[in-house]
Amino acid sequence: MDDIRQAVLDYIRKEYLEEDDDRELTETTPLISGGIVDSFSMVSLKRFLEKKYAIQIPDADASPEAFDTAQSIEALVRRFRKA
Amino acid sequence: MTNIGSYADRLTNFDWSLAERELGYRKGDPINIGWYCSDRICQLGMAEKKALIWEDFHGTSKTYTFGDLRVLSNTIASYLTGLGLAPGDRICLFLDRVPELYIGFLGILKMGGIAQPLFSAFGEDSLFTRLDNAKTAAVITQRKHVAKIRKILQQLPELRHIIVIDPDGPPLREREIGFRLDQAPRVENFAVHPTTAESPSVLHYTSGTTGQPKGAQHVHYSLISQYLTAKWVLDLRPDDLYWCNADPGWVTGTSYGIIGPWSNGVTQVVLDAGFSTERWYSLIQKHRITVWYSAPTAIRLLMREGTAVARKYNLSSLRHLCSVGEPLNAEAVLWSKEAYGLQFHDTYWQTETGSIVITNVPGMPIKPGSMGRPFPGITATVVDPKTFEPIESTATVGLIALRPGWPSMFRTYWNNRVTYEGKFKNGWYICGDRASLDVDGYFWFVGRDDDVINTGGHLVGPFEIESALLEHPAVAESAAIGKPDAVNMEVVKAFVALKPGFQPSDELDLEIMNFIRKKLSPLAMPQEIEFVKSLPKTRSGKIMRRVLRAQEWGEPIGDISTLEND
Repeated sequence: MDDIRQAVLDYIRKEYLEEDDDRELTETTPLISGGIVDSFSMVSLKRFLEKKYAIQIPDADASPEAFDTAQSIEALVRRFRKA
Repeated sequence: MTNIGSYADRLTNFDWSLAERELGYRKGDPINIGWYCSDRICQLGMAEKKALIWEDFHGTSKTYTFGDLRVLSNTIASYLTGLGLAPGDRICLFLDRVPELYIGFLGILKMGGIAQPLFSAFGEDSLFTRLDNAKTAAVITQRKHVAKIRKILQQLPELRHIIVIDPDGPPLREREIGFRLDQAPRVENFAVHPTTAESPSVLHYTSGTTGQPKGAQHVHYSLISQYLTAKWVLDLRPDDLYWCNADPGWVTGTSYGIIGPWSNGVTQVVLDAGFSTERWYSLIQKHRITVWYSAPTAIRLLMREGTAVARKYNLSSLRHLCSVGEPLNAEAVLWSKEAYGLQFHDTYWQTETGSIVITNVPGMPIKPGSMGRPFPGITATVVDPKTFEPIESTATVGLIALRPGWPSMFRTYWNNRVTYEGKFKNGWYICGDRASLDVDGYFWFVGRDDDVINTGGHLVGPFEIESALLEHPAVAESAAIGKPDAVNMEVVKAFVALKPGFQPSDELDLEIMNFIRKKLSPLAMPQEIEFVKSLPKTRSGKIMRRVLRAQEWGEPIGDISTLEND
């Protein structure tokens, strides 16, 4: 798996799931619409990405859809890495 | 024709006994919300009618009839009684929006317990504060939330049972017990506890400026208000498909996500999933939802996606839209007309009022941006903040005040009578919000009258956040305020002074955010942290939040004569 996707999933598991929550997380697991990350918590996930990848994601691009899977988050990060 | 008919006519000679008669309730009779929402509907010949259409984010769907509600709530009531739980015990529902939450709520009420629904995203500190205050006897939860309870269990000696509705997996531990509703023997007949009008029913926690959250205690007689407002404001009719976005961890999710629709015998749809524009629209399209009760934060997120997305779906089934939680801005009202061909009707109420008190009823001309007018039977005004006398002039900002006595008014704050009594001034219940009145009697919201933060329609107390911040090893002192936000109206901003040896950094910023999110809740998580050397304080050492808030909002700072000099 791509390192960005893996880093996102590792971060989600560490920060958003309880220790003994063993549900499967894949690159297509719905994070926002699946209720794992709520829209408020998206802010800390965005902050994590900005810090880790030294990027700035404008609020207008930080939509629930863009943050819904590790796959879509990877696309978002790549977009702003290029910018 | 709407259920309410003419608002003006309804104001004349209004009496809550109208709702009592419709419900077949006579003063002095037993009144049990659980029974009214299930058994009574079956007695009216609607046992086979769908009560709940539930879906999760996978698309898994379950449907329950009113007959199912009756029997399954009996089953839960009987199970709780069998565990030794007694009428008056506080029983917490700490669940996602799964069917057991809705049916369990009725079951708790049927056995005479006091339902204490809590938002399942609460962290262990938020959970502990509320369970400890209520001396909760049992929690009904899911395996994925049990870890949070385990962390605080030893500090909760009164908590006797942790009922896990999905017990498969590793062995359960101390005080935990598995209960699968779909496998439990169905209980056809259960002797519903004969609660009366003033018997406690529901305990919802809400935040204030000072101290920890307070439990607003409601009674079974609240049904009278909740039934009638659901009928007249939400305009619920027998053939409706109703969708309320609110989580029953908050009062909207119980008053209008359970009691209002089901006491009216109306079918409701529940989506146990997070926000997704396309998912929401496809749900409306799929189930032909007719009445939708949402919130400004959600509406603004939908607005952000634009009308084009809305037009991809057939939303023509919608006939009535309402909103609650925070002021509905005029742009949202106008946008909804463009996107759905219908305007959202703003409704105003709070945890303590138990039901809608100021609103735009269907048929009433909407003034975009206004809260509307008082519901019949509610005497509302704005009062002077010093004298608590009604303000006679229009367009003058005062405090929203209600004359006590409507059926769903809270009866006390749990274990906190002094604070409860402090909410009443000069014969009025003071809501804590500021507004003005116009010449037509419409209310116009201005803001909170205290430091409580309204984020996404939920009230968050600054004291609770500041207390939790102080538990972080790097934080010496802190202040939490609401800062303006385009989607959520306000979000939490924290000002933090660090202890010697700690330096501001992006890592520390993110660490503190997550620390609060996990301890309290995502709502309480500061979306911005400003590291400061010190905080403005009075000479007696009290942090002056209003100075920070005024700076953030670009408002006048006001009197700072008591400000401590550095």
